[in-house]
Amino acid sequence: MTRTLPDLETNRKLTVPKTAERTLDNGLTVIAIRRSSVPLVEIRLRIPFAKANLARGDVLSETLLAGTETKSAVEVAAALQEVGGGLSANTDPDRLSISGNSLVSGFPRLLEILAEVLTSATYPADEVTTERDRLADRIQVALTQPGHLSRIALLKRVYGSHPYALQTPTIAQVKAVRRGVLQTLHAERLHPNGATLVGVGDLSPEKAIDTVAKALDSWGGESKLVTLPPIPATSPGPIVIADRPTSVQSSLRLALPAVGRTHEDFPALQLANLIFGGYFSSRWTENIREDKGYTYSPHSGVEHSIAGSILTLSADVATEVTAPALNETFYELGRMASLPPKEDELEQARQYAIGTLLLGVATQSGLATLASMYAAYGLRLNYLVDYSAKLAKVTRDQVAEVAARYLAPAKAVTVVLGDAERIGASVATLAATEPDTALAELTGDSGK
Amino acid sequence: MRIPATKYPIERFTLDNGLRVVLNPDKSAPVIGVAVVYDVGIRSEPEGRTGFAHLFEHLMFQGSENLEKLAHFRHVQGAGGTFNGSTHLDYTDYYETLPSNALERALFLEADRMRGPRLTEENLRNQVDVVKEEIRVNVLNRPYGGFPWLKLPPVMFDTFANAHDGYGSFVDLESATVADAADFFKKYYAAANAVLSVSGDLDVDSARTLIERHFGDVAKRKAPKRPSFQEPDLSAERRESYVDDRAPLPAVASAWRVPDPISDFTGYLPYVVLAEVLTDGDASRLVRRLIQQDRIATSVGGYIGFMGEPFEVRNPTAMLLQTHLPPGGDVDKVLRTIDEECERLANDGLDKGELARTQARMATHILRESDPVLGRALRLAVLEQQRGDASVMNDLPQLIGAVTAEQVLAAAAAIRPDRRASVEVKVGAKK
Repeated sequence: MTRTLPDLETNRKLTVPKTAERTLDNGLTVIAIRRSSVPLVEIRLRIPFAKANLARGDVLSETLLAGTETKSAVEVAAALQEVGGGLSANTDPDRLSISGNSLVSGFPRLLEILAEVLTSATYPADEVTTERDRLADRIQVALTQPGHLSRIALLKRVYGSHPYALQTPTIAQVKAVRRGVLQTLHAERLHPNGATLVGVGDLSPEKAIDTVAKALDSWGGESKLVTLPPIPATSPGPIVIADRPTSVQSSLRLALPAVGRTHEDFPALQLANLIFGGYFSSRWTENIREDKGYTYSPHSGVEHSIAGSILTLSADVATEVTAPALNETFYELGRMASLPPKEDELEQARQYAIGTLLLGVATQSGLATLASMYAAYGLRLNYLVDYSAKLAKVTRDQVAEVAARYLAPAKAVTVVLGDAERIGASVATLAATEPDTALAELTGDSGK
Repeated sequence: MRIPATKYPIERFTLDNGLRVVLNPDKSAPVIGVAVVYDVGIRSEPEGRTGFAHLFEHLMFQGSENLEKLAHFRHVQGAGGTFNGSTHLDYTDYYETLPSNALERALFLEADRMRGPRLTEENLRNQVDVVKEEIRVNVLNRPYGGFPWLKLPPVMFDTFANAHDGYGSFVDLESATVADAADFFKKYYAAANAVLSVSGDLDVDSARTLIERHFGDVAKRKAPKRPSFQEPDLSAERRESYVDDRAPLPAVASAWRVPDPISDFTGYLPYVVLAEVLTDGDASRLVRRLIQQDRIATSVGGYIGFMGEPFEVRNPTAMLLQTHLPPGGDVDKVLRTIDEECERLANDGLDKGELARTQARMATHILRESDPVLGRALRLAVLEQQRGDASVMNDLPQLIGAVTAEQVLAAAAAIRPDRRASVEVKVGAKK
């Protein structure tokens, strides 16, 4: 018996949950969002951190919770656990982020501890030594991982002399960090102006903001806000081959130009990206995975940073099919750039783009992360409603036009990390190649 | 701090073909999580066919009775949803998260492959290639690949079911045939061997009607009888090591058998708590001792089950502690120190507030995992399958909260070197 696929019911409407926002006297922007699904609260504090020294910034994020004027590292951790809570900090080239969660009944306490850390972190010398050594160990491990190594090579090739080019400190730089420079960095950069705190949970948004205002009123001072120059335009050139001897796979990494979320091309670009390689049912995945079996998880997507956006492609393929996989990649990019998509391809990508917006705001942690990220770009969650409406209107012609502008293989920066001895000659049949320099500089021995 | 409870409404029923169904209506967002969990996993794959349960999971996405290859992916994503599947020791899951207007479509897709996947030579060979790339990316081309989940079971266990490599050898994967797949489906993928759960924006009555419409005529087949995989506890320490050419730091993982998670849940839960007392955060015992105080480890983790899912595993299983050491670190010293800390805990007891704060944090973790409709649907399905009662879900935070200090100390007393199986990663020549 043949059965037919049931139709979808009418599309569900995207609604933004109840939200309140206030800028506190100290300059901190607070956004509180209600989602009462579980008796928890999620917080995301995002502090501008552009151009902070890499090694110092990374060690700071590892030791921010390692002690305050009144608490040891163990006491900070225990006090958080008492309310079912936890906090962690990390950095990227744009910001320092402190994320956490707790039982909702512990929300005031979670904020008190956050305030204590922000206003009186002491960076005890012993903990700094321990944590910087651990960070050095993690970097040493990362330098053996193809994902990390290929990323280093790609960033260097794409960003050149822009600060985004280098996102991991060297082991020597990390080992040189002392508590004094952490205290200085904290004093210079960890202030409420320009920062945003998002809270999401089983709470009343207005009352939650009052709770935040009370807990964080002692946090003050002012940071100098640093603006990075815009990222350079991607400059195509020879395929970069980064050597990883005896690698059993090659990591293909490509970068293409892209635009930010508010640019008029963005909705069409996102749909073009999906049709190309941005989701499983894309041409690239159906080709190099489901047809040819070259790879497990190819993926493409737009990466936004404050100073600009790029489109990146990533696939790890068996060493022996490196050149054929790259050839298919260029072919699929070329097909996107030179021919309009089929109507059903566009509709499928459109439904995916619109539908997954609903999924992204259906959890406390999803809402918190999204609201915090958008805030850094001056956007609020209602951006989703506008974006969804724009996705609904994109035409085939617009996708074709945008694909020609952003997905053209002629514009791609290409990096291949793999066993150069085994892949070099066959990759060179596709286009000119050149050896990588970024890994050699960083590790002193090209990651061998 | 009082540990809160959830009050998720949970409806359960069974179709005539034996398919068990769990529904959890929740209108807080217009999305649904759909999960189908089959009661077959890595432990059930035949000798000579290591990795077959996982390979078969891939084949369940390659078309089915009314669907061409690629159709499943396109229909889920073309409805605004996401999908995946995963193979575990004791079960295999298939799932989607979708806007709730796609409920009937998701049910249709799952019912269609429950009737039978399209098993062809071409799809099989293609997915063997894909799985080999999956193994290369996750195990062979990186440091610490498969550590410890693939490396420790063969040290701890003696039977093929418990000890073998669940990702599979390339030889076994390449030897797999369409006939093997057809047999595997026939034996293990009966409706009566599965649980369907749907969580999220649904109406119970209409969801039930749709489920009966789409799954009601899936052929009735007998569920296989699940064998016991029991093995005796260790009577003496076991310790092995291997060289990982790409690993820059030494590492060690140890495992100790724990009580049967299903038949002795009360005896098992103290070990779930103990793993967190030892390793959850900067205030935990082993982080303080190994990392902060003695500086002989660079990271430490503790959890239950080789895949780290304490409420989704059956007997036999274990509590695991894994440690990465600084360059040149002394593995013996780390193991000795862990023994010392467990002994100290068993003899001297917990500090004031230590248990309560650990339990509060565990409650947050459990509640947080249940916020996404998919996390809830998966847990409900597995609890229903393994414990015969999905509603245990609502009790988990408080069951953890009810574990007593005496029980944790007794568990710590059982973490002894003579019951331990360990595997050590030795640093190799190339980096």
